[in-house]
Amino acid sequence: MNKLPLRARLATSVGGAASKVSRLAGRGDGSVIGGVIGLRLEPDLLAMLAQDRQVVLVTGTNGKTTTTRLITAALAPLGQEIASNAFGANMEAGMASALGQQPDATLAVLECDEKYIPSVLKTTRARVLVLLNLSRDQMDRAAEIWLLARRWHEALAQAPDCHVVANADDPLIAWAAGEHARVTWVAAGQRWHDDSWCCPRCGSHLHRDDGDWKCGECGFSRPPIRWALDGDDVVDPAGRVRPLDLSLPGRANRSNAVVALAVAEVFGVDEVHALRGMRDVRSVAGRYTTVERRGVSIRLLLAKNPAGWLEALDVLRPPPEPVMLAVNAQTPDGKDTSWLWDVDYRRLRGRRVFVGGERRTDLAVRLEADGVGFELVSTIDEVVGRVGSGPLEVLANYTAFQQIRTALGRAS
Amino acid sequence: MSGPIRLVWVYPDLLSTYGDKGNLLVLERRARLRGLEAAPVLVNSDQPVPRDGDIYLLGGGEDLPQVLAARRLRADGGLVEAAERGAVIFAVCAGYQLIGHVFGGADGEPTEGLGILDITSARAEPRSVGEIVADVDPVLGIPKLTGFENHQGHTTLGPRAIPLATVTTGIGNGDGTEGAHAGRVLGTYLHGPALVRNPALADLLLGWVAGPLPPIAHEDDELAQTLRRERLTAVGAAQ
Repeated sequence: MNKLPLRARLATSVGGAASKVSRLAGRGDGSVIGGVIGLRLEPDLLAMLAQDRQVVLVTGTNGKTTTTRLITAALAPLGQEIASNAFGANMEAGMASALGQQPDATLAVLECDEKYIPSVLKTTRARVLVLLNLSRDQMDRAAEIWLLARRWHEALAQAPDCHVVANADDPLIAWAAGEHARVTWVAAGQRWHDDSWCCPRCGSHLHRDDGDWKCGECGFSRPPIRWALDGDDVVDPAGRVRPLDLSLPGRANRSNAVVALAVAEVFGVDEVHALRGMRDVRSVAGRYTTVERRGVSIRLLLAKNPAGWLEALDVLRPPPEPVMLAVNAQTPDGKDTSWLWDVDYRRLRGRRVFVGGERRTDLAVRLEADGVGFELVSTIDEVVGRVGSGPLEVLANYTAFQQIRTALGRAS
Repeated sequence: MSGPIRLVWVYPDLLSTYGDKGNLLVLERRARLRGLEAAPVLVNSDQPVPRDGDIYLLGGGEDLPQVLAARRLRADGGLVEAAERGAVIFAVCAGYQLIGHVFGGADGEPTEGLGILDITSARAEPRSVGEIVADVDPVLGIPKLTGFENHQGHTTLGPRAIPLATVTTGIGNGDGTEGAHAGRVLGTYLHGPALVRNPALADLLLGWVAGPLPPIAHEDDELAQTLRRERLTAVGAAQ
């Protein structure tokens, strides 16, 4: 840290103070403000802070925050301090803030917004880049996903030493990293197919067969797999099958865990040791947490886009457990609610469904079209009152989730 | 007419970027509420487009899929044939552009469309993103449109296309008009599930196929009307 130039040191300490103020003021996790101020004082701050550290960048449409957390847990056996933007603040300011707060950490596991990968890959000279998946998300402000894949492809051509860990089951990801020299391919699965019916290389229809895929025209196909998710198990490079036994629920998280094991391998961490820490991860920035509220046991699930909702609906415990769905359309959520129509809600038929959030009418119209009965509500406490006792599943998109979390006393 | 209303969703594998399925679901539901049977037909880009559909739906898409869709639809010929036969076509966003003569494809390159609508589109800066409200051509007899637009094109209408609406909030075609119609072909920049907030437009399309429609029960229409009011109020538009 003391190798940093004076201005960078100043930027870091002023930024750190601002983070503290932000937390004390109850304005947030304090994970962005410090970085924002620091970067204003020293625009090269991120490059300076990343220098002499081994950086793992994690990106993709879904699973960034959880995978970042799982990788951090998987690398714990190395016994080194690890810096991480564990609260999901995934733009430059959030990354700079995380690094600034842990000046002595020699390792950094950083979640990075998809758009920023080309610049951050260069700035941080990352040792490992993790590519999870690409699907439609916040189309009013995010770049189109085919374009993102192309930019990643170009960025990787400039970073030949970076080791990529990538999901071979997502054709767009396979295309983005396909020509890179150092890739660990993971069969991490792809539940959502609606953005990859066509070959990213030539546009022809892709043929799919039990997870495998191939373009009939140009021959582009799933790369050879080193790690695989198989149901509840991981299959390692030696072909050994081992149960994951995570505390976190759902297929998507098992998929994230296998990716984390592949990253651990790059750092020479044995999978048995890596898994031990990963199994202890029970909640991630408030997600999957269970909160008791006047006799109701509320489990919080966050999903931001159609692919995320598809996976989250898979995670819901079976009926008759009631469900609350909440949707907002603030800037971080995307101001367009059209995506609600890409999700199939029919499996919610026959159970008690509460609909909340600032755009509950949009969601209600959607459920009506799928023949799902619902009750409109304004607050989580209204739902708690109506449910009375027992378990309740809550699935919300980003700012709706944060509002509910705040209403429940900043549950983590 | 005899048999169910055949709703043909054209190329959901290429032209379904954001909730486009909503238009199919709304048409299906509003037909069903009137005792009309509707049969959805999903046609992927490796399948022939059936010639005998009643309503054809085209959705939005990114640049590359849009170019591919246009190329395949031209080679297939089914949609053009259906249009000549007088079938109803409802095309949204990228779908709207590609049923015109020319549109801005990959990197804005002028790309040949289907020529079903007498319109020409080109890439334009900046991107048009946000709520859109527009007063519909009085000939069509339906209330104003409310929706969300997200596109990077400006569209110019030729003499054989009529503006669908006049923009009061948003960008639309880029010259103060929004969308286009000619006969039973209707295109719009309201993207994704455009019919959700505009049930009267859905009924207009159904009516072109099934003749005069009976009204549907108030409680079955109430939520959609509430949503319409909410969105119009949110942008300060008169009801």
